[in-house]
Amino acid sequence: MTSLLTIDHVSKDFDTTRALDDVSLEIRPNEFFALLGPSGCGKTTLLRAIAGFEDPDDGRISITDADGQETDLLALPPDKRPVNLMFQSYALFPHMNVRKNIAYGLEREGLSKQEINSRVDEVLETVGLVDKAKARPAQLSGGQRQRVALARAIVKRPRLLLLDEPLSALDRKVRAEMQMELKRLQHEVGITFVVVTHDQEEAMSMADRIAVMHDGRVQQVADPVTLYSRPANVFVADFIGSGTLLPGDVGATGFTALGRTLPGSNPSSVSGPAVLVLRPESVRVDGDDGVLDGTVVETHFYGGSSITAVRVDGVDGPVVSRDRGAPRHEVGQSVHLSWSADDAVILEAGSGADGP
Amino acid sequence: MSRVGWLRVPLTVTYVFLYLPIAVLVVMSFNASKTPFTWTGFSTQWYGELASNALIREGFINTMIVAVSATVLATALGTLLAIGIARYFRSAIVEAYSLAPAIIPDLALAIGLLALFSLVGVTLSLFSVLLSHVVFGMAFVAAVVIARLGQTDASLEEASRDLGAGAVTTFFRITLPSLAPAIIAGALLVFTLSLDEFVIAFFTDGPTTPTLPIVIYSMVRFGVTPEINALAALLLLVSFTIVLSAQRITRLTDSV
Repeated sequence: MTSLLTIDHVSKDFDTTRALDDVSLEIRPNEFFALLGPSGCGKTTLLRAIAGFEDPDDGRISITDADGQETDLLALPPDKRPVNLMFQSYALFPHMNVRKNIAYGLEREGLSKQEINSRVDEVLETVGLVDKAKARPAQLSGGQRQRVALARAIVKRPRLLLLDEPLSALDRKVRAEMQMELKRLQHEVGITFVVVTHDQEEAMSMADRIAVMHDGRVQQVADPVTLYSRPANVFVADFIGSGTLLPGDVGATGFTALGRTLPGSNPSSVSGPAVLVLRPESVRVDGDDGVLDGTVVETHFYGGSSITAVRVDGVDGPVVSRDRGAPRHEVGQSVHLSWSADDAVILEAGSGADGP
Repeated sequence: MSRVGWLRVPLTVTYVFLYLPIAVLVVMSFNASKTPFTWTGFSTQWYGELASNALIREGFINTMIVAVSATVLATALGTLLAIGIARYFRSAIVEAYSLAPAIIPDLALAIGLLALFSLVGVTLSLFSVLLSHVVFGMAFVAAVVIARLGQTDASLEEASRDLGAGAVTTFFRITLPSLAPAIIAGALLVFTLSLDEFVIAFFTDGPTTPTLPIVIYSMVRFGVTPEINALAALLLLVSFTIVLSAQRITRLTDSV
């Protein structure tokens, strides 16, 4: 499939910090793509570079239309790019009502009044704000403002919609609702979404594919399931999901730690210092048999599932196991831990950390 | 409420201290007597005589010329200065230097301007007063507008560009309207300051075109007349109206 947006070896320095370090990405038509990373990882800079508010020092950003015609985005000012950005603050114009805010972008295109009105009506319907058309932004709730910002961007029918932390200004309950809403809208309007977020759950639940960024570099690009079960490096393994990162070594016999050889899969042949990623749902706690010994330090019951935390001598922090139903072990009990090799990934120690 | 009830005493004293002179002035402007210190009855004759005093009328016209033009020029220049500093120049030193004319002593500014005007050979006239008032007026407008810019979301302008508006459209459709309350407040401030500005005008004005404060000063040298009380009361009314409306405009738009 040809990509819609091509980001090709893009770099950007701010004084002494490297905000973007040789970033290359391909974003496909109609996908919901997330840029995920901790604050300062460069994801917002990348988004602003696509929108036209940052000039990369190096590299190319281009967009390909349906006929295969490629346009160099960096040659265009922000107002000429077929791309719209939904700002983190929403940036609604305070002196205009909802309808005027939404119509603003269409008026700039010089469309007829009739066309503008019908398109604004249509999008108000889509985001469910028909009865708020005359309200000023200050009179709206956070969720409503977010929908106005979204409406204002999608009414332009951009090829690509960029969303900067679209849900961060909302409180928890509204956020969950808007996650579903965003996903639904993306399907409905058929626009490619690129979302920037620092919230991995948000990215995992909404996006078709995710690029994990750290220190201005793309660490891994994959679908959520692959990111979780097959992280490319230690940074990704640590950032996505929870679990224990067990340091050890890869030698002739496989992964060894704590004086034992432990099961693990090794997709990208690692040798030397390594880390084993143990996800809670992969770890089995058993009274009789296993590859590691430990003592139960905590159990929590969540109704459908339970968590057992096991202290293993020589490991920082407890190894956590998640299981269906009630906890089957008691605090203080000596237990054995096991997992299947397929469910535990071996990664090169320190991979994805600062610098190459 | 009752715990701090005694605080009303110093409060009252403060207000009396602040407003007693003004009250005296206003009351005496309605005094029928020619001598300003004895009350002989209510009269509005001094307000009538004001209008027929050619000197005062001329001073008033001169002052209005300066105040209106200074307001227009200082507001335009001060707004641009503020946007330049806040959006493009982000330097505390540049900002401090730009706002300094608002706080340096009038006397220093007046002497400096006078020296400059004679150095470059500008004939002292209403025009030189106007230039001088623009100097400090611009700084006041810039100060007010910069404060407002600090509160407005810079991404509003980016959002406008993103939605397809060029730089010029963005300035007129987004930047200016969101600054309008501060610009209006700044303009009213400059107008009131220029209206009764004495020190700088005294130094930089030509001999044939006295502004109202200078006219009043020369009249007062021969004693305070009820006529001057009436004039001062009118100036007070104008200033109060403008200050209150400036406050109201800023408050009205604080909610957005």
